[in-house]
Amino acid sequence: MSGASLAIPDRLRLLRGANNEGVLAVVLLALIVAMSIANPAFFTLPTAFSILRSSIVPLIFALGVLMVIISGGIDVSFAAIAVFAAYTTVRALQSGTPDLGLIGAFALALLIGASLGVINGFLIAKFRLPTLIVTLGTQGIFKGALLTYVGSRYIADLPASMAQVSTTNLFEVSTPTGSAYLHILVVPAVLLAIGLAWVLRSTMFGRSIYAIGGDVEAARRAGIRVMRTQVAVYVIAGTMAAAGGMIYVIMGRSASPQILVGSELDIIAAVVLGGASIFGGRGSVLGTTLGVILVQVIYNSLILAGVPSAWQRTAVGVLLIIGVGIQAVASRRSSRASVIDETYQKQEVPA
Amino acid sequence: MTSTALKGPPSPVLEVRNIVKTFGGVTALNDVSLDLLPGEVLCLAGENGCGKSTLIKIISGAEKPDSGEIIVDGNTYSSMDPTNAIKSGIQVIYQDFSLFPNLTVAENIVLTSAVADRRRLYSGRAARPAAQAIVDELGLHLDLDADVERLSVADKQLTAICRALVSDARVLIMDEPTTALTHTEVDRLFVIVERLRSRGVGLIFVSHKLDEVLKISQRVAILRSGKNVVTSPAAMLDPRAIALHMTGQELDETRHVSDLDARSEVVLELEGLGLRGAYEDVSFTLRRGEILGVTGLLGSGRTEIAEALFGVVPHDSGVVKVNGTPVRLHSINDAIEAGIGYVPEDRLTQGLFMDKSIADNIIAGSPNEHTTRFGTLDLRAVRETIQGLFARLRVKAPNVQAPVRSLSGGNAQRVVLAKWLARRPRILMLNGPTVGVDIGSKAEILGILRAEAAAGMGIIVISDDAPELVACCHRVLVVRHGRVVEILEGDDVAVDTIREKVAA
Repeated sequence: MSGASLAIPDRLRLLRGANNEGVLAVVLLALIVAMSIANPAFFTLPTAFSILRSSIVPLIFALGVLMVIISGGIDVSFAAIAVFAAYTTVRALQSGTPDLGLIGAFALALLIGASLGVINGFLIAKFRLPTLIVTLGTQGIFKGALLTYVGSRYIADLPASMAQVSTTNLFEVSTPTGSAYLHILVVPAVLLAIGLAWVLRSTMFGRSIYAIGGDVEAARRAGIRVMRTQVAVYVIAGTMAAAGGMIYVIMGRSASPQILVGSELDIIAAVVLGGASIFGGRGSVLGTTLGVILVQVIYNSLILAGVPSAWQRTAVGVLLIIGVGIQAVASRRSSRASVIDETYQKQEVPA
Repeated sequence: MTSTALKGPPSPVLEVRNIVKTFGGVTALNDVSLDLLPGEVLCLAGENGCGKSTLIKIISGAEKPDSGEIIVDGNTYSSMDPTNAIKSGIQVIYQDFSLFPNLTVAENIVLTSAVADRRRLYSGRAARPAAQAIVDELGLHLDLDADVERLSVADKQLTAICRALVSDARVLIMDEPTTALTHTEVDRLFVIVERLRSRGVGLIFVSHKLDEVLKISQRVAILRSGKNVVTSPAAMLDPRAIALHMTGQELDETRHVSDLDARSEVVLELEGLGLRGAYEDVSFTLRRGEILGVTGLLGSGRTEIAEALFGVVPHDSGVVKVNGTPVRLHSINDAIEAGIGYVPEDRLTQGLFMDKSIADNIIAGSPNEHTTRFGTLDLRAVRETIQGLFARLRVKAPNVQAPVRSLSGGNAQRVVLAKWLARRPRILMLNGPTVGVDIGSKAEILGILRAEAAAGMGIIVISDDAPELVACCHRVLVVRHGRVVEILEGDDVAVDTIREKVAA
């Protein structure tokens, strides 16, 4: 199976990718070229680094959501989990707990995120409840609990260990248009992406997520431990949400229970645009990454083009519907094609 | 491999001894014993609800028996669990195949055995050769990289067979393996079955199609009401004898049609009906009280003609007259308005609300026929219609509130019929009215059709089941390549003639 022996349609199929990643890459490239021609200020290293910087948190959230969507569910509680975990951690560190250091802070936040994920996973897997409703419900519960029991105050000064990271850059490049900085926290986002890609592709756990998203009943009959896998998916999604929340707080150098409200739309739009099927069973880390970057590039372009920020949400809403619409039309067309194939095959003689 | 199957009296690969299983007081299986030899096809036959599926679930470990034992290769189990069943080489291919539509053929083939081995890592690159090996061994042509959802039904089944064999199946149980296949595909499946036999695999077939069963199996075990009434070599049975054992009564499959009054009026008349690419110049008449059969190969246009009459896919030329007046059939509402009813081929997805009660399903199509003069629902008339049809069609259920999902195929089909009869259509078309229905129910459904015709309805039965057409139809139309090529009447309505004309 060398590349040269493939027929041209096969090669096209390969380029297109299993979840239209190729198409997405082309759209992204076209948008970048168009924006660069329209506004030369766009095609610069500082812009590129700033887009990457603004993609860090959405990417981490999106990876968690991707996993949930592949398993056939949807998670709208990740933002609430992120805020809960990050704000609670900051509060805990402030209120006299000895400074745990950066690692300790993250460990605490991730533990909180995982515990909230257990609640989601348990409700969904044990009682087989619809995931949208469960996560809508827990989203409200987490937010309410946060405001009631942890606090509602805006915190402007982070613990020293966390504040320090917010100004650390991976490297710095001097360009004619000014210095460009690449933030250090790009590293964990990239590592998470690579890690999740490996888990999804090369572990039985990852393949079980796809199998469950494809057909839950078939997964049960095949001996896959559906409940265990589902709980694990939501625990990991909760943990990743917590990581995203911590990074958001660090990069923003402040913590408040009101952050991240409404970011669910951007994230789910990016994942769906990235080719993940809302019906479950399909999606890839590569596609999701491209989807996240696409949404960020569009935001950035709209700002450069002088579009009022109120319209940015509209744009993402439109993108979400286009993304889902393309999926629906494509699947309808392919199912019609296969029906025609079958009728054609069935023109035959009876015994 | 073949040699072991031939040497001496082989010992059974699977034995089931004195299995008893009750569900809340109802005995599903009563002291059932079976054995399966390596390299043998055993057919498990019986009417819907006789305990076949329960027995399979017990063998595969999905249910636990109350008493009795299962012996695989000399190891005795008082009950199975799914992992043990798979480990000892028992594989079930369910009617829906239980494949993962979003994964490739290769991954579907290897994934289950990887799960059973409790593996942690998965390698797509290692999976492919393993899948390829089994596909080659069976001499199949499957595109290993295609997603399963893009495969035809037959290829999905082959994928399921490969999946079973990759984990060294010794016993392969297939639930209704031929229902969704065309004749050629069935022949192809039977070739594969022969190959499996020569490998020493023991197969259990669950099937309603008796002629196929007799062709492929060496022995037949028949269950009736949870009891194993007979196990006998297939050569000593014929469809009639099997039917007798299954139902416990003689069944009348002979031709049984009313005398049609030559003066009875024409209710439906087609003149040169056509739809580009599907059928052309279709002309026939249907009279009051007549049962008209329409047959032909799948894809011949027979279903398309029925769908045109029901306004699903409208025709683009020709005229349809109902009671002598031309009617416009551009939508399903037009057809219903004209008094035409249609029971589709796939009743489970198109004809029924599975989770609703029998009563709701019966009345679902005809709220407008049951209104008071104020336009509100006339509950008394509704109740009368429901009870009347429930009794008349002899639906086997505790009461009309039972959900349709709980019914067997034959009874579900009666509910679909009841739904249409509640509308009192002048013309009723039925597509494959007895597909997937056991023979006892089949005879009763045909009886219901005869009675409705005698009461003045015009009925069109679309079917490729020649004996069924002979049993109830006054005339039979043969459709080939979108044209009506033959209208058989009187003595020409015979099984052999129909088969010959269809295939010609």
